Amino acid sequence: MIGQDLLGIEHLERDQIELILETAERMQEIGTRDVKKVPTLRGRTVVNLFFEPSTRTQTSFEIAGKRLAADVVNFSVSSSSLSKSESLLDTAKTLDAMDPDAVIVRHKVAGVPQRIADVLDAPVINAGDGAHEHPSQALLDMLTVYQEKGRFEGLSVAIIGDIAHSRVARSNIYGFTKLGAEVRVAGPPTMLPPHIETLGVKAYSSLREALDGVDVVMALRIQNERLGGGIFPSVREYSATFGLDRAKLRFARRDAIVMHPGPVNRGVELSHDLADHRPSVILDQVRNGVALRMALLYLIAGRAFPQDQE
Amino acid sequence: MSRVLIRGGRVLDPANDHDAVADVLIEEDRVLEVGPDLSAENAEVVEAVGKWVAPGFVDLHVHLREPGLEYKEDLASGGRAAVAGGFTSICCMANTDPVNDDPSVTKYILDRAAKDSPARIFPIAAATRRLAGEVMTEMSALKDAGAVAFSDDGETIMDAAVMRSVLEYSKLVDAPVVIHAEDCGLRADGVVNEGRMSTRLGLPGNPVEAEEIHVARDIRLARLTGARLHVGHVSSGGSVALIRQAKEEGLSVTSEVTPHHLSLTDEATEGFDTSTKMAPPLRTQDDVETLRKALAEGVIDCVATDHAPHATYEKDVEFTAAPCGVLGLETAFGVVNDMVRQGEISPLELMRRMSTTPARIFGLEGGSLSSGSVADLVILDPETAWVYDPTEGFSKSRNSPWGGSELTGQVFATFVAGRLVYQAGRGVLAR
Repeated sequence: MIGQDLLGIEHLERDQIELILETAERMQEIGTRDVKKVPTLRGRTVVNLFFEPSTRTQTSFEIAGKRLAADVVNFSVSSSSLSKSESLLDTAKTLDAMDPDAVIVRHKVAGVPQRIADVLDAPVINAGDGAHEHPSQALLDMLTVYQEKGRFEGLSVAIIGDIAHSRVARSNIYGFTKLGAEVRVAGPPTMLPPHIETLGVKAYSSLREALDGVDVVMALRIQNERLGGGIFPSVREYSATFGLDRAKLRFARRDAIVMHPGPVNRGVELSHDLADHRPSVILDQVRNGVALRMALLYLIAGRAFPQDQE
Repeated sequence: MSRVLIRGGRVLDPANDHDAVADVLIEEDRVLEVGPDLSAENAEVVEAVGKWVAPGFVDLHVHLREPGLEYKEDLASGGRAAVAGGFTSICCMANTDPVNDDPSVTKYILDRAAKDSPARIFPIAAATRRLAGEVMTEMSALKDAGAVAFSDDGETIMDAAVMRSVLEYSKLVDAPVVIHAEDCGLRADGVVNEGRMSTRLGLPGNPVEAEEIHVARDIRLARLTGARLHVGHVSSGGSVALIRQAKEEGLSVTSEVTPHHLSLTDEATEGFDTSTKMAPPLRTQDDVETLRKALAEGVIDCVATDHAPHATYEKDVEFTAAPCGVLGLETAFGVVNDMVRQGEISPLELMRRMSTTPARIFGLEGGSLSSGSVADLVILDPETAWVYDPTEGFSKSRNSPWGGSELTGQVFATFVAGRLVYQAGRGVLAR
């Protein structure tokens, strides 16, 4: 995968996903050392190009890069000023002239990482674009499920919430189905995008049916700014119908785990109790995020310098 | 007395249902005669064996950006792009800066066009002031100044009472009202067709119903008022059914379809290329097939390009932030000729949809090779394949979804008022 872009899970092959997950498992050990750093990417420059603030994802990539001894630079751009003055591709070309070895792109509009990758020499890793894809999040989710369940084949995964506006949902749908799991999505009909079942999932508007016998429940973050936008009438109603608590979780398998991409709206999509305790594995997801992103940087930006090969 | 003899071509003259090999003799700015073995005496001869000879194309829907937005296009560059595409008459929409909602702007466009453009240019005036959808324009004065139709294209007149007034009042000037049918509320922030692709790409969707609701509303208002309604850029198969019904009812409803809606689907947005972003958006294969069939049957009357130039830097932004619209003039024939090649429409009927019928809808000269007609003609190489490169084109802008595509069917020469204004390999020859 050296030098390749990672724009989404949709176009990855199953064996590529497996390679990333295996590499991430090996990276995990580094995070347990006293000195959490290896020289693998020494001298490489990794740029975090974030057009939308995301402390969690940005920090995760930054720590991942630093544990591999890369120089990590944060390049934050306010997207409002961008659309007025400087063209998006100008920003990309400016950055390219500084010869980075990998560029991590986050933007609120779908397709921006792709357009930037089209003009950039350096490989681009999509750190979330609009409602399109968030591949590193989905990969860390897959890693977390694998560590809990030891397999993908035969598992049922239910993704609950605003599927229409969720990049996490799309990337996870592609990823888990490629690995052989069954994926269900559930939410009020206003949150289920048209033709979602053509992506290989079954869609439910009944939480109870969606959770029936599943091994993994993934709750998505409800964005309060969408309230009143015609997709849900109130937080209270959403929480009552699709918010997860221990009572509703009983519809799932007894050993089902609960996941969330964070940050959690406590008491909305997850009860306080579930957010903090098993079967939720939210902090494992965060921990795995660093290892997974180390794996991505290693696999994508880890080409050897000519002098190293001598 | 200057004469031009176009010799030995397949003469396709829909106005006279003529489809046979013949010569066309032009004298000054008029067609003198069409027939076999005409005398070449005192005439400059253009050999057209193996080519089609037809009345010049007429485009009822272009954006030429002058006045005010000349960095995208102007009347000169738009006119050059037109003749390079075989268009001899083009009708420019009112969404310039200032808006063409005042006779002074209409006259300005006509004056500049007469000086700058090798193609004839006919202004379409705004239907409401500043395209705001509130107060109707001075249609009588605008028509006197030279406006051939009225439209708020780019915007939809959302208030049905205003739309009714516009249609009622348009009867005073007997000019068609062209609608941009998209319900703004339902479209919301949609930038691609709502469907499988919008779901895959994660881009906000714009459902076909946003168009169909307004086509249905305005057909009913056309029935209520008896006015002439022209449905711009039909993109949805559902709209075709509504238009078919209106025609069966005998209403004065006409419509147009763009080359892009006849040939591309929302799958073209894979890769997020903003040169595939326009309003209404590219739809599905089912819609494309319905539109092609409707054009062939004549339910949709004509092809119009909705040529909409935008500067590269304006398009090189986030998909949601990019302006809507694509170039169309220089590629139109190469794109729609595919329908002839696939056996979906005869050459004569395609020429009718690109020339005779649109000229009739707006009441323009042209669209005919009858003796005494204005000598606006196009000579086409229907079998020649070529690769379109927008950077080599005549438009000031580059925003085409066909950049790098091979098209079959090329414009060989274009005559306006008897003058050769474009020839393949030589470029634009006048103005």
